[in-house]
Amino acid sequence: MNFSEVIQQLVNGISLGSLYGLVAIGYTMVYGVLRLINFAHGDIMMVGTYMAFFGVSAFLLPWWASFIFAMVLAALLGVVIDKVAYKPLRSASRISSLITAIGVSFLLENLFLVLFGGVPKAFPIPKLFAGSLNIGGVILPFVSIFAPVLGIVFLLILLQLLHHTKYGMAMRALSLDIETTRIMGVNVDAVISLVFAIGSALAAAGGILWSLKYPSINPLMGILPGLKAFAAAVLGGIGDVTGAAIGGFIIGVSEILIVAIFPELAGYKDAFAFLLLILVLLFKPTGIMGKDLGGRF
Amino acid sequence: MRFFGRLMFVLTVLLFAGLASSSSFAKAVKVGVVLPMTGPIASFGQSDWKGIKIAASLKPTVLNGRKLKLILLDNKGDKVETANAVSRLIFKNKVSAVIGAVASGNTLSGAPIAEKAHVPMVTPASTNPLVTKGKKFISRVCFIDPFQGKVAAKYVYNNLHARTAAVIVDMAQDYSVGLARFFIKAFKKMGGKIVGNTFIQTGDQDFSAQIAVVKAHHPDVIYMPTYYQELALFARQARQFGLKQTIMAGDGASEEALIKVGGKAVEGLSFTNHFDPKAAVTPLGKKFVKLYRAKYHEDPSAMAALGADAYFVVANAINRAGSTNRIKINKAIRATKGFKGVTGIITLVNGDPVKSAVIQKVKDGKFVYVTTVNP
Repeated sequence: MNFSEVIQQLVNGISLGSLYGLVAIGYTMVYGVLRLINFAHGDIMMVGTYMAFFGVSAFLLPWWASFIFAMVLAALLGVVIDKVAYKPLRSASRISSLITAIGVSFLLENLFLVLFGGVPKAFPIPKLFAGSLNIGGVILPFVSIFAPVLGIVFLLILLQLLHHTKYGMAMRALSLDIETTRIMGVNVDAVISLVFAIGSALAAAGGILWSLKYPSINPLMGILPGLKAFAAAVLGGIGDVTGAAIGGFIIGVSEILIVAIFPELAGYKDAFAFLLLILVLLFKPTGIMGKDLGGRF
Repeated sequence: MRFFGRLMFVLTVLLFAGLASSSSFAKAVKVGVVLPMTGPIASFGQSDWKGIKIAASLKPTVLNGRKLKLILLDNKGDKVETANAVSRLIFKNKVSAVIGAVASGNTLSGAPIAEKAHVPMVTPASTNPLVTKGKKFISRVCFIDPFQGKVAAKYVYNNLHARTAAVIVDMAQDYSVGLARFFIKAFKKMGGKIVGNTFIQTGDQDFSAQIAVVKAHHPDVIYMPTYYQELALFARQARQFGLKQTIMAGDGASEEALIKVGGKAVEGLSFTNHFDPKAAVTPLGKKFVKLYRAKYHEDPSAMAALGADAYFVVANAINRAGSTNRIKINKAIRATKGFKGVTGIITLVNGDPVKSAVIQKVKDGKFVYVTTVNP
């Protein structure tokens, strides 16, 4: 590989990693607060993408409006899922919520299969995202620039929210101890709803960027990115927002590099994300940014 | 409307399953159908089913008026689901024959069950030679990959004047692995050189790394025998990253979804295929195209045509067998000789037909016919 190829592969990896990161943030936020791995998260990403698709193709909204529309709907869906599926089990054992999350995941996938069929749909790409830049032989598709930038912007906004607002303080308090926080007079349910709303909206954003890059959508599209984002969240230290973003970048870049360096192993690149996950669980179970005790975020 | 259609479809399937097990319809002859109606190759299953339905409307009864009941199961394009579906059809629904599956890898996982239970299984579109090899109850109505690979190699060498090729293989699909191997063998024999060989997996969406690998080798042509979804996404990203070479594919490219998802990026993509509506030679083929257009307002894909042929081969065999005895039906299927089907004339030898292939190409957002290649 020459220099420009190395740069090209790094660009590819960073842009892919930022998508994993965006989805991973939602995983990590819900886990941080509820100690629940929301396996339906990848499917919320899928639903968000379908909403954006219908926004553009059925309701004829301009692309930016339909993207916001999709994020809002995904946020609502996240809140509804929490209220319907997870809240009644709040005091049940953790494994019950986990199984429920898997159930919700299957429900969403199959509901969309029945409603919209399994044939992939082509996601319409606005002109703004279609082109690419060529800098000295390194090709930068606009989406590949846009995805990491948007990812970092969202992350900064989120960190601001977590560390400098009342709601952020409540979320951090929840991650330490839900019952004590409730005694302190915090409206716990509202804050949990907010966590689901933010996480789900980010998943939708990740899904939309994903479809701008890979414009074929189907009801099962959320499964694999969801699992890899989960691996990214664990890698970064589950419960830590910055860690999730870093974990996403690591998974994305290493997945691309493994193909670049060993083209004959390219078919196993999915396994690689999970191999990383296993190694992290073996040697540093708390992940890169994770703390052993105490608060998350 | 679409939702309603789907609901009707599900109800129909349930109805068929229900009817099949009730004794009042014991006279109907049951044939199981295993297709990927959802999942990564759903378009294939949907097309196949449309073709089978047209064929069933042309020939709804067998054995002097007994209705031929189809029981459709979705295998989701998955190997385990295929094995389960084949078992269920054979042991629970007690079908006389099975039509399916599409992907060679899927059929390979269902075939041992049919083989062991002595139930004839006819796949419309599994082209890997292993599907029927050494088996007595598995047959097909499509050509096989050693031929398809050779046709593709000849086309890129002689017509596209390519001397070097990069090959991209979907390692999760027996179809892709096999076809790539036959292409490489034929291309090398003609004097061509393979310069890059890289892999993907069904369901992959990011191909940027593979594209960079291929680009570094500057091949004359890219041979990518994978299914339509991966092809479409690969083509889009390849064009975006400035990879301009012609992409040559196999029959896995043959679905509208390729063009819908691939858009301008798949312009010029060529592939070997089983059937082109414009090259339909048999009277049955012409009639099928007419009926299909009238009902679905689109041209039948090769999958639809193969689905119809699988149905006809099974239905004719039941008539010739003169009973619903599975072993007799299998004998009759394997003795199919000179049947003028939708996709051409079908004569089975050890379960495999020898048929001609067509080459198609994407032009102005449509599949166009390029040429027919005889074996």
